[in-house]
Amino acid sequence: MASLHLNAATTAPSQHTKYPIVTGTSVLGLRYDGGVMVAADTLCSYGSMAKYKDARRIRTVGPATLLGASGEYSDFQSIMDMLEGMEQQNDNFDDGHSTDAQQTHSYLRAVMYQRRSKMNPLWNDLVVAGPNFLGLVDKIGTTYTDNFIATGFGSYLAIPILRKKWRPTMSEGEARGLLEDCLKVLFYRDCRALNRIQIAKVTEEGGAVVSEPYEIETDWSAASFATTKGGLEGDGGW
Amino acid sequence: MAALANSFLSPESSRLKPGELSTGTTIMAVPFPGGVVLGADSRVSTGTYIANRTSDKIAQLSSKIFCCRSGSAADTQALTDYVRFYLQQWEVETGRNATVKVAAHLMRKICYQNKDNLSAGVIVGGWDEVDGGSVYNIPLGGTMIKMDCAIGGSGSTYIYGLTDALHKPNMTKAETVAMVKKSISHAMARDGSSGGIIRTCIVDESGVEREYIPGNQLPYGP
Repeated sequence: MASLHLNAATTAPSQHTKYPIVTGTSVLGLRYDGGVMVAADTLCSYGSMAKYKDARRIRTVGPATLLGASGEYSDFQSIMDMLEGMEQQNDNFDDGHSTDAQQTHSYLRAVMYQRRSKMNPLWNDLVVAGPNFLGLVDKIGTTYTDNFIATGFGSYLAIPILRKKWRPTMSEGEARGLLEDCLKVLFYRDCRALNRIQIAKVTEEGGAVVSEPYEIETDWSAASFATTKGGLEGDGGW
Repeated sequence: MAALANSFLSPESSRLKPGELSTGTTIMAVPFPGGVVLGADSRVSTGTYIANRTSDKIAQLSSKIFCCRSGSAADTQALTDYVRFYLQQWEVETGRNATVKVAAHLMRKICYQNKDNLSAGVIVGGWDEVDGGSVYNIPLGGTMIKMDCAIGGSGSTYIYGLTDALHKPNMTKAETVAMVKKSISHAMARDGSSGGIIRTCIVDESGVEREYIPGNQLPYGP
């Protein structure tokens, strides 16, 4: 490397701000009576192509933390490697301690902000959940916690629904139903969404668990699907 | 992000102005002895937002001639309006029903002469007494090519292999319909800019049949 002679006139400036290649769309999270739930679809897109339809975008970190990621999938995998390494260190120390959700959230904030300050971000918006914690860390290191969280398109389409329907006393079934409704709307309206989803929950008693992917029901009964609009008497086919 | 997004899109999509509505799209038309089958998805997107998931991309040009629209929604709607008008005029002046060849030529003329300002890929298909069922593909730029199996739109890139493998000349009407539905399903399963329902239009001597498949009953996917 030291012996390379680079001519400034012919070398492009080195760029550390990457752009994402393989990306996941929205991640949703909400608190319910008994724990916290996180949901996302299982699609990773390659530009506009729906390339990987069984991608796991929500993972457990240690026994009682969930991490959901939107954005660049390889950066999420790198973050998981980092966090799993920390978990291993905890296990090795063998003193009964592990990193909880709030600590993971703070740690990720530091990591994301540091990368942003070097102009080479990890291109993710992350949702961190624990038995009594729900927070977001974005690609520039912004953090906040709330009763419900959404990334990507979810912040435009799901948050209004969550604001209307969320109650602190929601049961697990109600919480799941609400998340499914939000993901259904996202499937209808986000070009990068899929109807195959995962829902994960984290509770005091049961720890962190991620469901197997499953397909959600979608509704195609609106009259507008059946009526044709391209006819001669119409205005052009909208 | 914008630079990358454009490099993955087909020439049609990358020429759209920011915020312009795109019929992202998968469209298809296949002739069979005695008629033609046209098919399309129903998704209209602005960027990654689905502005309309119930759109009808198969526009009628005359009683037995239709066209599938892809590219800019505004441009293709305007094109359709012009061609309908000219075809009506043609039918009045000649006293005959328009042929698919005439409709396709009119479409091509407008697309070619305005190539710098249009972002439209259309497939004209229909039935007439002279040629029976025929299909003309008119991509960006205004080339016009008569084809045995025409596909278009951003989703078509994912089904070139499939349609090459499935298509045979002189299939029956039922086989052709099944092939169109299957192919469009596969494209919708992979293209983020295509989705919703599959609309089909079958045109033959006896008339026009318009059908649709709801998004949860597709032959494949989503």
